[in-house]
Amino acid sequence: MMLRFALRRLASLVPTLFGLSILLFAWLRLLPGDPARSLLGQRATPESIERVNESYGFNDPLLQQYLKYIWALLQGDLGTSISLKEPVLTAFWDKLPATIELTVVALIFAVVIGIPLGYYAGRHQGGWTDTAVVSTSLLGVVVPVFFLAIILKYIFAIQLGLFETANRQSSRIDAEHPTNFYVLDGIITGNLGASWDALLHLVLPGIALGTIPFAIIVRITRASVSEVVHEDFVRTAESKGLAASTINRRHVLRNALLPVVTTIGLQLGLLLSGAVLTETVFSLGGIGQYLFDAITVRDYPVLQGFILFIALMYALINLVVDLSYGLIDPRVRVS
Amino acid sequence: MTTRHLRRGVLLTVVSAMSAMGLAACGSDEPADDTSSGDGASEAEAQCQEQVDAAASAPDTGADDFIFAASADPYTLNPFHASDGETFRVMRQMFEGLVGTEPCTPDPAPLLATDWEAAPDGMSYTFTLQEGVQFHDGTPFNAQAVCDNFEYWNNQPKGPAQTEDNSYYWISLFRGFADTDPPSIYDSCATSGDTEVTINLSEPFAGFVAAMSLPSFSMQSPTALEKYNQVAAGENPTSTEYALKHPTGTGPYMFEAWDRGEQVTLTANPDYWDADAAAKTPNLTITTIEDTGARRDALINGDIDGFDLVAPGDIAPLEQEGLQIVQRPAFNILYLGMNQAQPPLDNPDVREAIALAIDKQAVVDQTLPPGSEVAIEFIPPSVNGYTEDVTEYPYDPEAAKALLAEAGEENLTVDFNYPTDVSRPYMPSPEDTFNIIRTQLEEVGITVNPVADVWSPDYLDKMQGTANHGIHLLGWTGDYNDTDNFLGVFFGRKSMEWGFENPELFSALSDARQIPTVEEQVPAYEEINKMVMEYLPGVPIAHPVPSLAFATNVEGYIPSPVQDEPWNTVVVTE
Amino acid sequence: MTVPLTVSPTLALPEEPGESLWRGAWKRLRRSPMAIIGASIVLLFVLVALLAPVLAPYEPASSEWTELSTPTFVQGPTSEHLLGIDRWGSDMLTQLLYGARQSLIIGVVSTLIGLIAGAVLGTLAGGLGGWVDTLIMRFVDIMLSIPSLLLAISIAAALGKSSYALMIAIGVAQVPIFARLLRGSMLSQSKSDYVLAANALGLHKRTIVMNHILPNSLGPTIVQATLNLATAIIEVAALSFLGLGQSDPAVAEWGRMIVSGQDRFLVAPWLSFYPGICIAITALGFTLFGEALREALDPKQRR
Repeated sequence: MMLRFALRRLASLVPTLFGLSILLFAWLRLLPGDPARSLLGQRATPESIERVNESYGFNDPLLQQYLKYIWALLQGDLGTSISLKEPVLTAFWDKLPATIELTVVALIFAVVIGIPLGYYAGRHQGGWTDTAVVSTSLLGVVVPVFFLAIILKYIFAIQLGLFETANRQSSRIDAEHPTNFYVLDGIITGNLGASWDALLHLVLPGIALGTIPFAIIVRITRASVSEVVHEDFVRTAESKGLAASTINRRHVLRNALLPVVTTIGLQLGLLLSGAVLTETVFSLGGIGQYLFDAITVRDYPVLQGFILFIALMYALINLVVDLSYGLIDPRVRVS
Repeated sequence: MTTRHLRRGVLLTVVSAMSAMGLAACGSDEPADDTSSGDGASEAEAQCQEQVDAAASAPDTGADDFIFAASADPYTLNPFHASDGETFRVMRQMFEGLVGTEPCTPDPAPLLATDWEAAPDGMSYTFTLQEGVQFHDGTPFNAQAVCDNFEYWNNQPKGPAQTEDNSYYWISLFRGFADTDPPSIYDSCATSGDTEVTINLSEPFAGFVAAMSLPSFSMQSPTALEKYNQVAAGENPTSTEYALKHPTGTGPYMFEAWDRGEQVTLTANPDYWDADAAAKTPNLTITTIEDTGARRDALINGDIDGFDLVAPGDIAPLEQEGLQIVQRPAFNILYLGMNQAQPPLDNPDVREAIALAIDKQAVVDQTLPPGSEVAIEFIPPSVNGYTEDVTEYPYDPEAAKALLAEAGEENLTVDFNYPTDVSRPYMPSPEDTFNIIRTQLEEVGITVNPVADVWSPDYLDKMQGTANHGIHLLGWTGDYNDTDNFLGVFFGRKSMEWGFENPELFSALSDARQIPTVEEQVPAYEEINKMVMEYLPGVPIAHPVPSLAFATNVEGYIPSPVQDEPWNTVVVTE
Repeated sequence: MTVPLTVSPTLALPEEPGESLWRGAWKRLRRSPMAIIGASIVLLFVLVALLAPVLAPYEPASSEWTELSTPTFVQGPTSEHLLGIDRWGSDMLTQLLYGARQSLIIGVVSTLIGLIAGAVLGTLAGGLGGWVDTLIMRFVDIMLSIPSLLLAISIAAALGKSSYALMIAIGVAQVPIFARLLRGSMLSQSKSDYVLAANALGLHKRTIVMNHILPNSLGPTIVQATLNLATAIIEVAALSFLGLGQSDPAVAEWGRMIVSGQDRFLVAPWLSFYPGICIAITALGFTLFGEALREALDPKQRR
């Protein structure tokens, strides 16, 4: 039953990705300016542009270029960045850990602070405290991420000197990076100082990015808590004399957490958008920053391969989330 | 509109009075005084000389590491295939060419060659080489190694290696390869013993010796190239094993590791040929921090020891934090181009009016870093052929208005193009420069239509690839001391950027390029400069001075106008 | 970039006999602190935006005082310039007031684009079903698989630097949200009793849609539109940060002002701070009001 569901979803992925690849290809060709120009910069001459375009195959007929692109894709070759001269897939795996670390820290912040706040607001819905909590939670939504990042940098790092503002690790620390997850690497190589340093570099960007899921988690928790609180079974339990705290723990929270799980999957798209800005401001070198740099210089191979790959991962993650939701809540499986 | 000007006039008086009384307490510092004009460039040069002297008296040893933040990762470690400043920065530590530069100037000085002689026809050059030099892998540096390098450069395989994307400087100066049609102007290389080598060209090239100071023409170990740098036709040469892991030169530092996207680490060369100039700091780390603000914050926090291209708005705050600002003598030009393919910009009176409307000193004072100087022609003072004897267009808005009226263009509307999302050494904040010039033009009645584009590729494409622009901001930083590197690039032939046909100017420039020696070229270029400023295809605005910032305990950094900055003299005192 | 938590189209269930949905909602809104604060902010914002020419002491984007805004010094508050000079030499207060205008225009236009295009697509998908539905939803899926910010960047990069490009980019990025909303509304309502009844009575499908289903979807659509307006205002700032938008750097637009102020941040942090606060408060107002409206229209709420 679940297997068929999963297979069906995977099967429907193929035409979506295919369509996306065509859209990507077309969009890139429609963008004004070409990669030869951005590679050569100010020194470009008409002859040199011609030569570079020729050597990259950009003068070939569009269909031919597209077929070459698809053929390479099917063999697992996502292309080579023309501005950085390194394979896209290598760069992706190289930079993904940075984004994952950032996202994990952001989610931890959002969940650890968001759920208790949301719970509190949900139990006291409609009052001024509720409004206060909701307003605070909206911090992540109404303050542009990059602006928040700048303020955090200024207050904490510059004025108070508490955390770090650039890169993932201080250049003064000699550290090995076998997995490229810096916090993990420090533990693996026995260099706890490096792990701690990496964490310090993640605090501010994590908070900045975390305000986005924080807002949503607070509101979902609040909404589902208030719903459940009014459900019959809670009223029954209350009337039977069960202490309020027992009711909280046993019934309300567990039921309220289901939507939170779902939205974490849905929020990945949001998080990636936020990551583009956060990584750029804090120079974290993750895939968000990589993507943005590629758009800026019209690095066709990177964009064609990278975005497709992200869409694929995004779809797979959503599938996993949907499947796990089905596991948790039997009512969903039936639909 | 009159009311607005009246109000403005009153306000200005009030504000100036208040400032004079020091009542700008709630703002930041007092407004900067007008820095004295005219002496800017020499101020940077004088400061540079001080740096040279200070370096000589700096201690010989200090901390183990010097950490510098670059704005971008290098994309290759093979200098021949490099053409951007950040890759060059790393190359300068590991590689040396036949010719270096005199400190604080762009002029050639002996390096791997102790002496040279040019034939009177400018078609062959004989170099006497330094003795006792070896590459990092032990291969001896001698005349044969020089010839091996030239042959390697001239014989690039067909495909990407022969495009400007990968071999920009060779193609730009030698105009081809062994197997192209026409072939390059490099003809042959002959050795005479181990320490004398002669390069023969098929055409005169007066700038040849100066060009040898470019990092692209650094001497590389023929053994290492042979072993690790095999490039097949159609293959990209920037990612060979040599280019990623085994760059081998003769410089004061050797390659240690390249953590792609993060940092490059180098160690001191224990067998460096010039014992007096051996590296003072054992380890170098060049780390990549792309965001300018992040670099500044890293320096304030003590995470790094220095970085380049300080944003104008950060100079004062950094100095307040007690950090050092070192100016690099200007070797650039910032100009306002005027596209004559868009009438009425083809009318010389209109162009002159625009030139007269611009208050260059205000542009320098309000938007450019301290030490920057107003420009009167299209080359900086240190380039051959500079002359003060050119037509000047001093700030005169009344004359500008009169000229416009005379030309029948009182209601002139013009597109003003400028780039966003970029900061070049010659144009640190284009939006500021745009904004102030725009207001100056509006003062004389010109209506400005702002057109902004992202620097690359959109802006460059529009300015240099289409006729679809009006007046625009652009500039150039010189690569080495050759006037053709400025004027030839701008006005050597008809281009989309300038949109004019001027056969007299074009042929003057191509003739000048063919003159066999630099001494003979100087008067020719002086004449050309006068011609250009009379014709006024654009308005030269300033020579902005780029700055570097360092931690307080860094000593011995010697800046160079062409960024010839090996760090063997740098020491981080404890 | 708010994700709709639940798509719960409201049915026309009265709170009490004889009271309409809207009347009930209004009563709840009046009592809700969220609604009061949100509405006040929105009202203030709209007033400022409309009355900017009257309220502002100077002309916007005039760049008259460039000598008071240099890399080393920026004029702070004085009696002539209550909030000092902005990054480009104009009066900060004037810029902030006119900035409200820009934000209102961009926000409204882009949300309208998203709303109309999304509603058309969603209604067609939900109403016609079959391959039309699949095709449209596949398209929506593709759009949703790309993070909305990147989608907006791509569109704006292709259309060049103008405020129209910005509006279209943000509008298009909102289309999938409205499409899904309307489709969901169509689908769930098509199973409701009164629609089945109307069908049985022989009413034309289009009539049912236009006269019954769409009006019933009005509630959640307005809520979503309000929330998206807040998002639009933020996204303008983000796109300006990434270098897109108008050609005139001195233009009075809050997002632009935050970005411009960044390189003087150490010298004059208020250059970014003032417009940042304005965006935050305005977006907060719209979001609070939208959330309060959603709760007020949700019949499951019992106080």
